[in-house]
Amino acid sequence: MAISGAEIVVKCLQEEKVDYLFGYPGGAVLYIYDELFKQDKVRHVLVRHEQAAVHAADAYSRSTERVGCALVTSGPGLTNAVTGIATAYMDSIPMVIISGQVPTAAIGLDAFQEVDTVGITRPCVKHNFLVKDVKDIAPTIKKAFYLARTGRPGPVLVDIPKDVTAARCEFEYPATVEMRSYNPVVKGHQGQIKKAVQLLLEAKRPMVYAGGGVILSDAADKLQKFVQMLGVPVTNTLMGLGGYPATDKLSLGMPGMHGTYESNMAMQYSDVLVAIGARFDDRVIGNPTHFGSVPRKIIHIDIDPSSISKRVKVDVPIVGNVPDVLDEMIRQLEATTERPDADALEAWWKQIEEWRRRDCMKFKNSDEIIKPQFVVQKLWEVTKGDAFVTSDVGQHQMWAAQYYKFDKPRRWINSGGLGTMGVGLPYAMGVQLAHPGSPVAVVTGEASIQMNIQELSTCQQYRLPIKICNLNNRYLGMVRQWQEFFHGNRYSQSYMDSLPDFAKLAEAYGHVGLRVDKPGDVEDAIREAFKRKNDLVFLDFQVDPTENVYPMVQGGKGLTEMILSSEDL
Amino acid sequence: MRHVISLLLENESGALSRVSGLFSARGYNIESLTVAATEDPSLSRMTIVSIGSDDIIEQITKQLNKLVEVVKVVDLSEAGHIERELMLVKLRATGKDREELKRLADIFRGRIVDVTDSTYVVEMTGDPAKLDAFVEAVDSALILETVRTGVAGIGRGDRILKV
Repeated sequence: MAISGAEIVVKCLQEEKVDYLFGYPGGAVLYIYDELFKQDKVRHVLVRHEQAAVHAADAYSRSTERVGCALVTSGPGLTNAVTGIATAYMDSIPMVIISGQVPTAAIGLDAFQEVDTVGITRPCVKHNFLVKDVKDIAPTIKKAFYLARTGRPGPVLVDIPKDVTAARCEFEYPATVEMRSYNPVVKGHQGQIKKAVQLLLEAKRPMVYAGGGVILSDAADKLQKFVQMLGVPVTNTLMGLGGYPATDKLSLGMPGMHGTYESNMAMQYSDVLVAIGARFDDRVIGNPTHFGSVPRKIIHIDIDPSSISKRVKVDVPIVGNVPDVLDEMIRQLEATTERPDADALEAWWKQIEEWRRRDCMKFKNSDEIIKPQFVVQKLWEVTKGDAFVTSDVGQHQMWAAQYYKFDKPRRWINSGGLGTMGVGLPYAMGVQLAHPGSPVAVVTGEASIQMNIQELSTCQQYRLPIKICNLNNRYLGMVRQWQEFFHGNRYSQSYMDSLPDFAKLAEAYGHVGLRVDKPGDVEDAIREAFKRKNDLVFLDFQVDPTENVYPMVQGGKGLTEMILSSEDL
Repeated sequence: MRHVISLLLENESGALSRVSGLFSARGYNIESLTVAATEDPSLSRMTIVSIGSDDIIEQITKQLNKLVEVVKVVDLSEAGHIERELMLVKLRATGKDREELKRLADIFRGRIVDVTDSTYVVEMTGDPAKLDAFVEAVDSALILETVRTGVAGIGRGDRILKV
């Protein structure tokens, strides 16, 4: 029986077991919305801005191992979604975005709400399609989900003109996908893995540097086993937090621009560095020439060959899926009695302990004014380190990454690559829907939260009991920090004037709002918020406006050239 | 270093813009780019000439391979290969220049494919250096226009780029 293209779209989503579809209706997707109306397997979440739909779908994916899904209309619906798509692309998040397009006959005629969707999104998707024939809808959506989740994951967009959703044909969802031009490598090269294991066994100062690839490929258990077999130090990048338990003694915390002293020192002075699902980002290794100025062997495991030897030359490249490669490395380690030289490893740990004693994360707490770090510490204590935490972008993001110790993967949800302000609240929506009943907190700032504040309305509609911790310092804090360090304290446009009363604003949306001014009230406020299991609680913490994020490696500087506190300035 | 990169890609609308978009987005240089369908109409064959350090060329081939529609990529300049380019040159051919230009075209094994009382169009194929040499050899005042296709390349002997 022939059915409409719109019905085919919805049936495809059902076949892919999409339970939540985040979106916003409009002219070009009306037929699809009509079909959504007639069923209840795919639940649609109506956001207040398309950007939030894509962010929410993105976080749904980040906090599970599933493909997030969003639906937007043509023209402005799509352009609003672009920030969300680019955010997901930079962090390799598997997503399928379906966009409506003007009718086929109107394409290219500057029709109402027409944009060149495939052209606009091309540089920020893994792949995109324009479907011109109703018969192609099902195979294309099948391919889209397959492309999104395999290889190096990423967002895939399917653009469907309105007339194609109205046209009719038989529906058959393909069981498999064959693409001669797309064959991602899974297993690593045996010889290379052998070489890597040998190098590790001979290492005197080995170090594991694990990135977001460990989280995305669900390899945290394997990483833990691998690291513990060898007893070597491990650092997790911003995207990799939770890939190895932060509270374990082998963990050195986060590396990079705002990483720990011990992690950056160990990255620099290790003699064998194993990079796993990480990409030697400029925020992680600082100046690449400085990083390359000391001799060390680098083993790099990554599913994407183009990530290897892109910024840093590596000695043993291993292209493959992280869990498969780690499995093989573990197998080879189990097959041998050889272990790294115990004396050398002990000396290496002694050195690391010395670096640790610098206690680079200490901060001067105060009885008078709330320190932002203190709020995150308390959030960690109250939630026993077991909440899902999303963040926006800026100082609060770094404090959340530094002071909330993530022991499990997929608990820390942030925009690492693109650094998109405004993700925090829509991310929390996606996470809360994926994990009903679990504690979900947003660590944000008064600037970021205002970039998608309208989503408080969505949270009310779907009764999402998110806890918002607004570290309100009345500044674009990270901008202000850079202006303090590099621009002679000229705080050009970084002061946040005319702020709303956030507590009242939250109340206006039907939520609970609470302003917290004193350090002594922080813990009680957080406890109170999490006690209110059915309410979204907006905690507006008035924090020290002058606080800076330390340690800091300034842009262009070497990884070991860290500023540890204001005394180093 | 100058490299000649050859690729097979799905003959689909948009595939060319993915390739050219990649070069502009990542700041890679394109000297020339040619593309047309192969004997298998579902595939296009593209030849790209680019100049870059070994690191950059390595990244270019990796990034090209990453494009979903790209089936195969090979750097032809890594070993024996043949490059050919087609050029059409319109020359002002009057008086004694007519004989001279005819002789010059013959020397370069060009063919005159259009003649009027004041112009010739010379068709010439060869590697880019030969075409450059011809353009150099002709009095620049006599060149009315030139059009070149860019390089098409193929490996020598057993080097075969096929699905």
